[in-house]
Amino acid sequence: MKQPEVRSQKSEESQPMLRCEGLNKCFDGTRALRDVRLAFPSSGIVAIIGPNGAGKTTLLNVLTGFLRPDTGRFFLGEWELTRVAPHRIARLGIARTFQDLRLITLVPVLENVMLARPNQMGERLWHALFRFGLAAQEARNREHAIRWLQFVGLDQQAHEPAGELSYGQQKLLTLACCLAAEARILLLDEPVAGVHPNMTEKILGLLRELRGMGKLVVFVEHDMTAVRQVADQVVVMDEGRIIAHGQPKEVLERPEIMEAYVG
Amino acid sequence: MDYVVHILILVATYMVLAMSLDLLAGSTGLLSISHAAFCGLGAYTSALLATCFGVPFFIGLLAGMAVAALISFIVSLPSLRLHDDYFVIATFGFQMILFSIFNNWIGLTRGPLGIPGIPQPILFGWHVSSRLDFLILGAALAGFAYFVVHRIISAPFGRVLHAIREDEVFAKALGKNTLYFKVTAFAVSAALAASAGSLYAHYITYIDPTSFTVIESILIISMVIIGGAGSTWGPLVGAAVLVVLPEALRFVGLPSGVAANLRQIIYGSLLVIMMMFRPCGLVGKYGFSK
Repeated sequence: MKQPEVRSQKSEESQPMLRCEGLNKCFDGTRALRDVRLAFPSSGIVAIIGPNGAGKTTLLNVLTGFLRPDTGRFFLGEWELTRVAPHRIARLGIARTFQDLRLITLVPVLENVMLARPNQMGERLWHALFRFGLAAQEARNREHAIRWLQFVGLDQQAHEPAGELSYGQQKLLTLACCLAAEARILLLDEPVAGVHPNMTEKILGLLRELRGMGKLVVFVEHDMTAVRQVADQVVVMDEGRIIAHGQPKEVLERPEIMEAYVG
Repeated sequence: MDYVVHILILVATYMVLAMSLDLLAGSTGLLSISHAAFCGLGAYTSALLATCFGVPFFIGLLAGMAVAALISFIVSLPSLRLHDDYFVIATFGFQMILFSIFNNWIGLTRGPLGIPGIPQPILFGWHVSSRLDFLILGAALAGFAYFVVHRIISAPFGRVLHAIREDEVFAKALGKNTLYFKVTAFAVSAALAASAGSLYAHYITYIDPTSFTVIESILIISMVIIGGAGSTWGPLVGAAVLVVLPEALRFVGLPSGVAANLRQIIYGSLLVIMMMFRPCGLVGKYGFSK
């Protein structure tokens, strides 16, 4: 498989780390997040697990700016992102996928990935109208997008409408979009839920490769087998709280966690 | 022959209006019911500058476009934070406000009396006086609007507009400042609508508020829907059909009172039929709703 070019990896210590302090969020009296304090490693794979309604997706929504916490703060390195708009957070290299796959289903797969490319000249009105140097940048973006499609194994479907891909392929496409956006931190909401076991293996393999590239992958998941296979750390949530955090072997062996959340 | 040319001039003017609305409604998914108001802004700005200060047509045209873009910017900042139906209602409110200003600010617009004696354009020494001249000018303006809209849609800018139409959350998650794109599309759309208004004012040489009512806005929306929202040719086809079709009724021999009402029935029936059987319009691909 052709490996996409990635930006030169800085040493682990120099990468700004994502951390949150005392995050709280209420919906109509229901506390979705309760004093969530968490420091993510600068790279690796972190799984967030817990029963439905534990606050996992709410945490992802807060960390990507789609929800504002009632109290508490979160940071990327020294930058506080608590009140920052979602698109600005994305531009800082934090990309996400959604449980309900969000794609532009009517346009080709390649267009979806090209949309994700950052700093596009042609997204400015002046350049869109007069197109100085636009063709060259479009060609580079196309090439870059194709490389990420090759990385996830969708290059053969590049010109098919995204809506015609299988569910599993659409999950791969959302991953390619995050990567084309040059994200260093990927927050994935149930990346292997509802897909064929072969596709699950493929996605988990890609997550391992991303870890090898020095990226931080945070994923919410109910599939404990997948979590055991790839996660370096596990965060267990319940009723908006973090009730356990550590290495999978250590956390998932605790009887109370096994009994209550793992089965 | 003059009559046919007159109809073609109206077709060209409505093509500009339909294309500009399609940039907003078809490509971005923002249905605006204030397009006639922006057309009116261009018409009044250009007409007032020409009649009060003798400003040349071209400068008046640009001034009208600038005023419409500026007003759209001011209106869009609060209204574009609204979603779907609420945005539609906000633009409807703006349409009503602007119509009231056209109708009631007597000192500026002369209200229902309108502005007569708007001079015919002189463009770089070319006195646009005959209907054929106006047709050439109208066609040039429609060509300009097509160029602008097509360039925007086929560039990465257009890719983001489509993303906003399909799924704004997805666009935001990919780092796109969707408010910037919506405000810009709204401003370009309003400016192009104003250019059509300016042409209309200098062609008819008289304007009054009844030319810029909500009914006109709905007519322009009908053109976009019937032609095919979000498609290159849809608004052009829609404008041609909805301008030419009612004119054809003149030759059926109906009394004028009946024909006028029949037109409204035809618009309504066409919209219902298209929504039921061909929601993507005559030549469109995607349909109007998200």
